[in-house]
Amino acid sequence: MNSPVTYLDHAATTPMIPEALAAMTEHLRTLGNPSSLHTSGREARRVVEEARETIAQALGSRPSDVVFTAGGTESDNLALKGMYWSRRAGDPGRRRILASAIEHHAVLDPLHWLTTEAGAEVEYVPVDGLGRLQVDALRDGIERDPESVALVSVMWANNEVGTVQPLAEVVRLAQAHGIPVHTDAVQAVGQLPVDFAASGVDALTVSAHKLGGPAGVGALVVRRELALTPVLHGGGQERDVRSGTLNTPAIAGMAAAVELAVKRQPEFAAETAALRDSLVARVREVVPDAVLNGDPGPGIEHRLPGNAHLTFPGCDGDLLLMLLDAQRIECSTGSACSAGVPEVSHVLLAMGISESHVRGSLRFSLGHGSSKGDVDRLVEAIGPAVERARAAGVADRRGRAARGAVRDDEGGS
Amino acid sequence: MRVLAAMSGGVDSAVAAARAVDAGHDVTGVHLALSKNAQSYRSGARGCCTLEDSRDARRAADVIGIPFYVWDMAERFHADVVEDFLAEYASGRTPNPCVRCNERIKFEAVLDRALALGFDAVATGHYARLRRGDDGVVEMHRSADPGKDQSYVLGVLTQDQLAHSMFPLGDSRKDAVRAEAESRGLAVAGKPDSHDICFIANGDTAGFLRDRLGEAGGPIVDQAGSVVGEHEGAFGFTVGQRKGLRLGTPSPDGRPRYVLDIEPVSRTVTVGPREALSVRRMEGVQPRWCGPAPRGVLDCTVQIRAHGEEMPASVFVADDGAGTEGRVVVELRDPALGVAPGQAVVMYDGTRVVGSATIETTGP
Repeated sequence: MNSPVTYLDHAATTPMIPEALAAMTEHLRTLGNPSSLHTSGREARRVVEEARETIAQALGSRPSDVVFTAGGTESDNLALKGMYWSRRAGDPGRRRILASAIEHHAVLDPLHWLTTEAGAEVEYVPVDGLGRLQVDALRDGIERDPESVALVSVMWANNEVGTVQPLAEVVRLAQAHGIPVHTDAVQAVGQLPVDFAASGVDALTVSAHKLGGPAGVGALVVRRELALTPVLHGGGQERDVRSGTLNTPAIAGMAAAVELAVKRQPEFAAETAALRDSLVARVREVVPDAVLNGDPGPGIEHRLPGNAHLTFPGCDGDLLLMLLDAQRIECSTGSACSAGVPEVSHVLLAMGISESHVRGSLRFSLGHGSSKGDVDRLVEAIGPAVERARAAGVADRRGRAARGAVRDDEGGS
Repeated sequence: MRVLAAMSGGVDSAVAAARAVDAGHDVTGVHLALSKNAQSYRSGARGCCTLEDSRDARRAADVIGIPFYVWDMAERFHADVVEDFLAEYASGRTPNPCVRCNERIKFEAVLDRALALGFDAVATGHYARLRRGDDGVVEMHRSADPGKDQSYVLGVLTQDQLAHSMFPLGDSRKDAVRAEAESRGLAVAGKPDSHDICFIANGDTAGFLRDRLGEAGGPIVDQAGSVVGEHEGAFGFTVGQRKGLRLGTPSPDGRPRYVLDIEPVSRTVTVGPREALSVRRMEGVQPRWCGPAPRGVLDCTVQIRAHGEEMPASVFVADDGAGTEGRVVVELRDPALGVAPGQAVVMYDGTRVVGSATIETTGP
């Protein structure tokens, strides 16, 4: 375990930047509940409120729009359940929720829960082959019966394949009918220019650990005029919408990370996209039949600058991951895991990619600190790893064929 | 060597992996996910495929200090073990799914994949001994712990498979393995042994078969063909079974009756007295040899069920030596009772496993 780590999984989590680490550790040492009325409490409250102002400034919102949460998943749950309950309470006919088919599980699973437990009717709007929302389908969905739509939720950019979504068009379509829009911008902040007010969305999810901050803290940036029914009930610390003692050190760390990530975003995006482009080109030199999934761009209007999502035909992604991990090159299959086994990606299936290609996919995600050396090490390792993973795939298929258990879509490659 | 340690989440495979590390190998732990829905097989009871077992295996790998992954083998396991199990019962035979799993999953699907990925061997926590001779041939022998010996369920392994296998526990007794796990700080040290069939959650084999093969009643007849009862499904019966027959007509001599035969097409179950179960001759198919296939007559001992006794026999190998095709005829020196077609007959020369076959027919 002495070899250097080549970390190509920034979409999963990022190393903390020194400024965030310093801000967080400083406040881990200090006493005070931000809700207390005494001096220590006021000092802690001041840290929280300064963090709120910093984040609001960085993301183009008012400070009072920022609701701190325990992370992206909680923010998504609060936005979806809070908006749905509140909209339905105002008008029991508003039961429809329109969301893209490629949302993260932190959106899909609350929506599924709302369907089974709260009478919601969720319509999943399809995407095209590049993973981009089909705006016409969304328009049809809204205009079929706009009065019954509670909300629309479309992510800013997809976490697996990196495709940037046509959010401006989504907002325009929804606003025409007064329908609120939520966006999960967990992957976007720090990678793309994100301005809450300019975007026109009503609620936006952000998470600290995806942009150099600590895990376990995030925010829902939500227009304070929008009524939200709380998910967590208790002391009412955050606008009575979210309860729980505020995590002062983590919030301070998050503010430092958000501020710097947004400030450095233009330069970061340009450098990282160039590095990513060279990663893709050089991997494909070694493995010519590797396929880039998602929007090939060019430019960050199309694709997250740090994202490279590739299919290696004939390989099992999780075996390839294991072979690279043995050389301390760390990446991801991109999709969720259940019990340590990657699930078949709903994102790639929604893009119309065949199941055997889906299984042969890996996501390499670059972030702050990524270097040409990282790409060099990957390029050096990927060829032999693909060869071995293919041999294992051949062995698997031969074994299954001998037992008559080959799936239909695996005849070729 | 680069060794892939199959880790079930139990104490044996954990200690086996640790010993492979101690022996100086480069070890990677892998837990096999055998169910598409990890909770659908065996929850609560001890098996080898629950989420808890996966977590136990992961924690053991952490303590041992090796990389750990989960391999999704659900599709292969279902096709090669579960469906085979059902098909065998549907044909009136009594399969041994652990034998099938070793043959087709652990030492075929997993081993083939491991070799392709650059590993040299697969290590498991089985209780059996491997000895590599000067000629490079690997012999498999019974475990040092007669109570735990698992050579019976490994009797299907060929020389090629054995050459890439490691059984680090073969020389040990189970209690010593538990003590070692404890001293190594492995939390699974006190975990109960797995038993029964891992993919039948509640241990109700008859119910499992009924749910999947359908309820299909039929007659229970005596050896003369007279109907003496009815059953609600022949699948749950095993040759030699005495309990659960619920016969309406008592036997003429009042003695207990046993299942002698199961005929799946007409769903007829034949019962008769204990002595009618007596078997001296068996025909086995799909022989698999641990080393070079023997020719002609083999004087050896045979075992015909897991943890069964060893019986002297002569085995006629009706085979050209090619290995897996052909048949064997087993003549037992003393008759055995209740031999179920579908079970494996494993042949031994002393402690050494010679090979195995699947029992197809039996005769007096």
